[in-house]
Amino acid sequence: MRVLPCGDSGLLLEVDGLPEVLALADAVRAAQPEGILDVVPAARTVLLSVEPGTDLAALRRTVLDLDVRPGAAPPEGERVVIEVVYDGPDLEEVGELTGLGPEGVVEAHTGTPWRAAFGGFAPGFAYLVGGDPRLRVPRREVSRTSVPAGSVGLAGEFSGVYPRSSPGGWQLIGHTDAELWSMERGALLRPGCTVVFKAVR
Amino acid sequence: MTRKLEVVATGALALVEDLGRPGLAATGVGRSGAADRRSLRLANRLVANPEGAAGIEVVFGGLAVRAHGLLTVALSGAPAPADVDGTPVGHHALITLYPGQVLRLGVPPTGLRTYLAVRGGIAVEPVLGSRSTDVLSGLGPEKLSPGTILPVGTEPAELPLIDVAPVAVPPGDDVVLRAVPGPRADFFTDVTALARTTWTASSRSDRVGMRLEGEPLERASLEELPSEGLVRGAVQVPPGGEPVLFLADHPVTGGYPVAAVVLDADVDRAAQVRPGQRVRFVLVPPPWKDTP
Repeated sequence: MRVLPCGDSGLLLEVDGLPEVLALADAVRAAQPEGILDVVPAARTVLLSVEPGTDLAALRRTVLDLDVRPGAAPPEGERVVIEVVYDGPDLEEVGELTGLGPEGVVEAHTGTPWRAAFGGFAPGFAYLVGGDPRLRVPRREVSRTSVPAGSVGLAGEFSGVYPRSSPGGWQLIGHTDAELWSMERGALLRPGCTVVFKAVR
Repeated sequence: MTRKLEVVATGALALVEDLGRPGLAATGVGRSGAADRRSLRLANRLVANPEGAAGIEVVFGGLAVRAHGLLTVALSGAPAPADVDGTPVGHHALITLYPGQVLRLGVPPTGLRTYLAVRGGIAVEPVLGSRSTDVLSGLGPEKLSPGTILPVGTEPAELPLIDVAPVAVPPGDDVVLRAVPGPRADFFTDVTALARTTWTASSRSDRVGMRLEGEPLERASLEELPSEGLVRGAVQVPPGGEPVLFLADHPVTGGYPVAAVVLDADVDRAAQVRPGQRVRFVLVPPPWKDTP
């Protein structure tokens, strides 16, 4: 792990990849070091932003001493079930690309729990990882100018649900009525939570 | 009578701001809050509010508000001349507004953002724990416009103890900001060039960030960087080489390298820099040592 400076506002922790990001973010959230305002995981980093005046040297030592176990089972935590109607415009194509067929795609997508790794892109969006590796498909060659809110998609190693209508290049396999974002509650999926998809009609 | 503030005029931009909504960055929601937190805190302390009570952030003066009920208010930040029904009033002092009286702000001679705190705080409905308007995500109250009625909260039990606070006003000449070399300083041929250049604040600056114009910073490599978390005060350098100093409503993550990070206290001073004003950086070591 490399600890990179962010002025007196925080520390940027850089690791090798996503399994390390997940494990590090888990460890930080479990340890709850003093003074931390935000833990922001990303593809290769975890940002810790702190209250002004926090002792960053001490925080750095705390972080370097954390027991970080990439690939370990996630800690008991929040579990969100999302009901999906698998009727996406790209379901057939994903079935062909993966060799699973449409029904096989649904089985694979619902069969393994996912984890919210990090956010970004839009409030309420979470990059989900850890699903069935057979579902890895490239993004669409041409992005859609508008993807409806609630669309469930795949891209690379990620799955995700569009919190609001926006342009997008993910392969869409279904849609959900779940409210991914609300002004009252904020995001449904927070980094670290486990996400299970359930097929409904 | 319910106490309220009626917006009569707003000038360039007037927003409700408190100290923001920390803790949500991982879900894509930035901190937001007053761009110059120090000035909002001071104005709140003067009227014996909690420091994080919501007030009004006014860009380039021009705000006019009418009191509904008896209100105690205070001004801080950019020293916009102010009057109540034509009688001049000062900053960093308690101002009493009787029902129907209008407080009016002119254009500040220096600085950019003036803060108006009202005893009891602006009591609009909070969104995700904060009354701040985030201009990037669109969360929080609408920007103020003539006719907006702002409810005022219950006065705190504490009584104001100070009549006037002596405070340095934002400078009109060059602003010098202390910055620590950033997480991606090694993406640049020579990050100290940041401190050797005199930058000019662009008119395209806003609460998201201050865009700086000057000799572009040279990249050592054009290595791609996966998006990573950003802090307020981060000096990010897009491909053109001219930096952006991120302020209150910065995006939570970004994919361009951060060359330096301005010290937290100096980010408040940066929020008072006017378009066209010159900015210099002084690089200081990080407040921690990279030894085991």
